[in-house]
Amino acid sequence: MTARPASLAALPIGGSAVVCRVRGDRAVVRRLLEVGLVPGTKVTMRRIAPLGDPIELRVRNFALSIRRSEALGIDIE
Amino acid sequence: MTPVAPVVLVAGNPNSGKSTLFNALTGSRARVANYPGVTVDRISAPLTTKDGRIIELVDLPGTYSLSARSREEQIAVDALLGRGLPAPRAVVVVVDAAALGRALFLVIEVLATGVPVVMALNMSDEAARDGIAIDTARLAAMTGAEVVRTVATRGEGTAALAAAIAHAAARPASDAPFLDRPDALNLDIAELEAAILEERVLDRPGAARAWATWLLLSLDDQGGDDLVGIPPRLRTLTLAIRDRAAAAGRNVDLEIISSSYRRVDTLVDAVVRRSPGTSRSLTDRLDSVLTHRFAGGVVFAVVMMLVFQALFSWSEPAIASIESRVAGVQALVTAAMPPGPLTDLLVDGVIAGVGNVVVFVPQIGLLFLFIGLLEDSGYLARVAFVIDRLMRSVGLHGRAFVPMLSGFSCAVPAVMATRTIESRTDRLLTMLVLPLMSCSARLPVYVLVTATVLAPGARAGVFSAGAVLLFAMYMLSVAAALAAAAVLRRTVLKGPGATLVLELPPYRLPSVRVLIFNVWQRVRSFLVDAGTVIMALTIVLWALLSYPKAPAGTGPGDELRQSFAGRLGHAIEPAIAPLGFDWRIGVGIIGAFTAREVFVSTLAIVFDIESADAVNEPLRDALRAATWPDGRRLMTPLTGVSLMVFFVLACQCMSTIAVVRRESGTWRWPIFMFAYMTALAYGASLFVYQVGSRLGLGIG
Repeated sequence: MTARPASLAALPIGGSAVVCRVRGDRAVVRRLLEVGLVPGTKVTMRRIAPLGDPIELRVRNFALSIRRSEALGIDIE
Repeated sequence: MTPVAPVVLVAGNPNSGKSTLFNALTGSRARVANYPGVTVDRISAPLTTKDGRIIELVDLPGTYSLSARSREEQIAVDALLGRGLPAPRAVVVVVDAAALGRALFLVIEVLATGVPVVMALNMSDEAARDGIAIDTARLAAMTGAEVVRTVATRGEGTAALAAAIAHAAARPASDAPFLDRPDALNLDIAELEAAILEERVLDRPGAARAWATWLLLSLDDQGGDDLVGIPPRLRTLTLAIRDRAAAAGRNVDLEIISSSYRRVDTLVDAVVRRSPGTSRSLTDRLDSVLTHRFAGGVVFAVVMMLVFQALFSWSEPAIASIESRVAGVQALVTAAMPPGPLTDLLVDGVIAGVGNVVVFVPQIGLLFLFIGLLEDSGYLARVAFVIDRLMRSVGLHGRAFVPMLSGFSCAVPAVMATRTIESRTDRLLTMLVLPLMSCSARLPVYVLVTATVLAPGARAGVFSAGAVLLFAMYMLSVAAALAAAAVLRRTVLKGPGATLVLELPPYRLPSVRVLIFNVWQRVRSFLVDAGTVIMALTIVLWALLSYPKAPAGTGPGDELRQSFAGRLGHAIEPAIAPLGFDWRIGVGIIGAFTAREVFVSTLAIVFDIESADAVNEPLRDALRAATWPDGRRLMTPLTGVSLMVFFVLACQCMSTIAVVRRESGTWRWPIFMFAYMTALAYGASLFVYQVGSRLGLGIG
C-alpha cells in the first residue's frame, strides 16, 4: 500500500517517526547524518518557525532546526 | 632551551560549555594565537599537574564532527593527528551530558584515532534535572576513556578533570581497531591506511587508519574542497575507492557515520537511565513564547532594537571621549615639539592613526558583549530560527541577521560579528555585502548634502524633503545589500553548503568570565591585526594629503590643493564629472577613505573654511556658491542626490577593508569588495546624474 515513503517535512507538530533514508547533495546529507539523523533514529516534530520555515526537531535529546527543503529529502516511516 | 610542554587538546560540540570549562581549568592565563594559514584562533593555556609538570591545553574550535570541507575545519583533524602541529598526548572531549546520544559521536571519532581520551560530562546538573542518570564507570569501561562529571559554570569537577588529564597524558596511544564496521568498508580503509603509511604522512597505524576514514569522508569528488597537505597519490586513491564503492551501490559516507552512531547507540543504551515523567522544561516554556508567531516577533524586535540602540547611542560618549583625548594629545605634542615634518607625521599620521583604531573599540566591545550574551544564553540561535526564512530568500544564513543589523552602526564590528556563522561561504557572503548597509559615519555626509542642496523647510508632501531623502538612502542601502547578496550567491559564491543545520541549545545563564574573555579577545585581535593596517593606511593618506609641501606661508587650503591628493582630485575630475562632481568633491572623496565623515572636514579645507562640521553654515554657503568654471552651479539638488548615492554604495572606508582582510585571511576578498562596491557606486551615481540631467532636474 504505502509504496512512497513519507517525508519528514510532512510530519505534523508533535508527531514522531523513524528516519529511514536521507537524500540530497552530498555535503548536506553528510551534515545531517553527522548531527545524528542516521537511518533508524527517532525524530519528533516540535515547532515551526513564525514565518513557516525552518522547522524544529527533537532528535537524540536535543533540539535541531533544519529547513523544509532539507526535511523534504529525509524519508521517514 | 626549555623543553616544549606536552599538548592536550580540548574538543567538544558547540554549546557544550567547552570555553567555560577551559576557563575554569586554566584560570585567565590563556594565550591567543593563530593557526598557520587560516583565521582560526588557537587558544592555549598552561595547566600545572599535581606533581608539578606543565601541560599545554589547547582549545579546539567547537565542532560536531571531524570531517572537513575547508582548511578551517581541517584544523581539528590536523591538530588531533599532529600533522604540522605537535601531536597531542591526550584529548579532552567536553560532552553535553544531557545530549549524550549526539555528543558521543565526536567522542567516538576522537577515540578512533587511538589518542587517550578524557570525557568531561559537562552540565551534569542540567542532565540530572532532566531525569538523566549516567553510569560513568560503565561508560569508562566500555570506551577506555577517563570519564569525569563537571559543572563548568560552578567550577565543579575541575580538580578531578585536571587529575584525569595528567593520567591520560601519561598513557600511550593505542593502535587497536576501535569500531565495528562493514567488511567492505574495513577493506577500503585498510587499503588507504597502507598507502598513508607508505607515503610516510603518518607513522602510527592508528593515526593512519583515522586519517584514512577522514579522507574518505572529507574529500570532494569534484575537487570542491580546499583541504591542504594531502599528497596527490592519496587524493587520487581516495576518490578511486569512493567511485568503486559507489559503483557497487555502497554509500561510504553513510557506512562510516552509521557505524559510529551504532556504537553511540550501544553506549547510550548501556549507560543512560532516564526517569520518566519529567515536567516540561524551562527551555520549552520559554520557547513557546520566544518563537511564537506573534509574541516571538515582538520579543525579537525589542531585543534587536536594544542592540541597535546600544551600538548607536551607548557607544557615543565613549567615542566622543576617545576623540577628544586624541585631539588633546595631538595639541600637547604640537605645542611641545618644534614645527616640522616630524611633528606633522607624529600628530597627523601616527597619533591620528592610533585614534582611528581605538575609536572602534567601544562599538566592537558593546557588540560582542551583546552577541556573547545572546549566544551564550541560547537566544542567538532563536534569532536565526525566527529570521532565517527572510534571510534565505537572498541566499543569506539566518545567523547573518545580527551582523547585517550591526552594519547600520558600523561595518567594522559587524564584519567581525560574522564569525558566529559556521560555513565559510555564508560568512564571506555576509561580510562582502554588509558594508552596503548605511553606517553611522555616512550620516554627517547626508546631513551636509541635504542641508546644502535643499531650501530650509522644503517639503515633500507631509514630510520634510530632507527626511524623505534620508529615508530613501537607507532604503537604497538595504536594497543594495540584499540584491548584492542574491547576485553574489548566484555568481562568485555559488554552490551548495548554504544549508541551515542549527542546534537550539537550552536557555542558560551566561558566564560573566567567559563573556569578558571573549570581548577582550575580539578587541585584542582587532587592535593587533586590523589596527596595524588601519594605522598604516592613515599614514599613507596623511602623506597623500600633505605632500608635496607648499612654500611656507600658504594656507591649509592651498597646501591641500597642491598636494598629491589635490592633484589626484584634478586627475580624476574627467572621470567623476559625469557624476556631477568636480575635483574638489574628488579630493573630499579621497580624504573620506580614512573614514566617511572625514569628507566633511576635507571639503572644509578645500573651501578654506576653518574647522567645520556637517551643520556648519559657512561650509554650506561655500558649497552653495561653488560653481563649475563655466559658471554652472556645482551643488544642485541632483548633484546632491548623486553624491549621497555614491556614499551609500562606495566602499569609502579603509577600516572596513582592513577588517575584511583580517576576517577573510586574504587580500583577495577586500580587493574584490572594494572593486564591486566602487563600480556599483559609480554606475548608480552616473545613472542618477545623467538621467536626471536629461530630464532637466539638474537645472537651477
